[in-house]
Amino acid sequence: MSQPKSNKKPAIFFVSKESEPLFSKKNRALLKDPLDDNNPITVQVLGICSALAITVQLKPAVVMTLSVIAVMGASNVIVSILRNAIPNRIRIIVQLVVVASMVILVDQVLRAFAYDVSKQLSIFIGLIITNCIVMGRLEAFALGNGVWKSFLDGVGNAAGYGFMLILVAFFRELLGSGKLYGYQVIPDALYEMGYENNGLMLLSPMALITLGLIIWVQRARNRKLIEKN
Amino acid sequence: MDYINLFVKSIFIENMIFAYFLGMCSYLAVSKTVKTAVGLGFAVIFVLSITVPINYLLDNYLLKAGAMAWLGEDYAALDLSFLSFIMFIAVIASMVQLVEMIVEKFAPALYGALGIFLPLIAVNCAILGGSLFMQQKSFASIGESAVYGLGSGIGWLLAILAIAAIREKIAYSNVPAPLRGLGITFIITGLMAIGFMSFMGIKL
Repeated sequence: MSQPKSNKKPAIFFVSKESEPLFSKKNRALLKDPLDDNNPITVQVLGICSALAITVQLKPAVVMTLSVIAVMGASNVIVSILRNAIPNRIRIIVQLVVVASMVILVDQVLRAFAYDVSKQLSIFIGLIITNCIVMGRLEAFALGNGVWKSFLDGVGNAAGYGFMLILVAFFRELLGSGKLYGYQVIPDALYEMGYENNGLMLLSPMALITLGLIIWVQRARNRKLIEKN
Repeated sequence: MDYINLFVKSIFIENMIFAYFLGMCSYLAVSKTVKTAVGLGFAVIFVLSITVPINYLLDNYLLKAGAMAWLGEDYAALDLSFLSFIMFIAVIASMVQLVEMIVEKFAPALYGALGIFLPLIAVNCAILGGSLFMQQKSFASIGESAVYGLGSGIGWLLAILAIAAIREKIAYSNVPAPLRGLGITFIITGLMAIGFMSFMGIKL
């Protein structure tokens, strides 16, 4: 669902760029909002596609987060620089090409320096290209805003995405295999008393259910996010 | 026999939505009514069953290591597989443009209903995912890749149809307020995915 979000656009759209400190209040909000109030996954419903399949363990989730931050930061900056030169009719293809080139770079770097993680992520690095969150932010923000703001928006949204990813992965790895980041955290004594890992957490359906529960907690805390239907 | 096996496998066991979560964005956004869900589902089937075989040809005759051997000795050593993301997405984007024009001409009502989501099929992860899985599985023939594309599309249609029907009904139930909308949809999808896991291990 990467249709342009218009609800918060007017506020930042008409701000003059001159004479604004690098980390003014509005710019900090760009970084901070996506972490909770405007989280790409739980509120904007963007980028769920690749978010759930790689959350069995923390390590791939962290690598994925870093890759998405790199891709989104870079492609937001590039599209923002080009924004006045891109003809409106072919903007989707231009954006896809920019994102695809960034993703190829990330993919090659991962293959060179972290080959086993890159094998584990298999096709999901490639799927960053069609990750709705990247296209969604390009469409909704980078096409209409300056370079620095677009960079902050890209990094902020990617971090909000990564935050959810890491949260889901934390619960799934802890409950599913008793480990965190590959290290065992649940003591052996507990297993001797009859504790068992919940194998169901390792299977893909539990990612959805975990995310559903996280949304429940978030919206119970923050009641203005509740949907009508 | 192999084809039937692959077909059933791609619909049920390796269902795009329930096993890999591909195409979740449009799955969540367009599943409010059955009618639009069916429209989008058929568009996805169409695009998938065309792009996967085309990308299969591209992969085997242009991109893979040694794929350019048909051009002559000089080209036999080339490996362009790092270009595959860009090539695949270009094929997909142009096919989506084509589908959009066809739908606009022959089914204007559907075109109006799908609205913004038609161009967004280009960024539907299920489409690119289909091509990337095709590359990863290294199918033996173009027929196999076509069957795989068709099957994945049908699986996607089934999933979005089921969730749309459930969501139409659930509008009348008393869901806890913070769970309404997105939350409950996630949980139902999770439960359906557990159901789909019972197909695991089926071989024809």
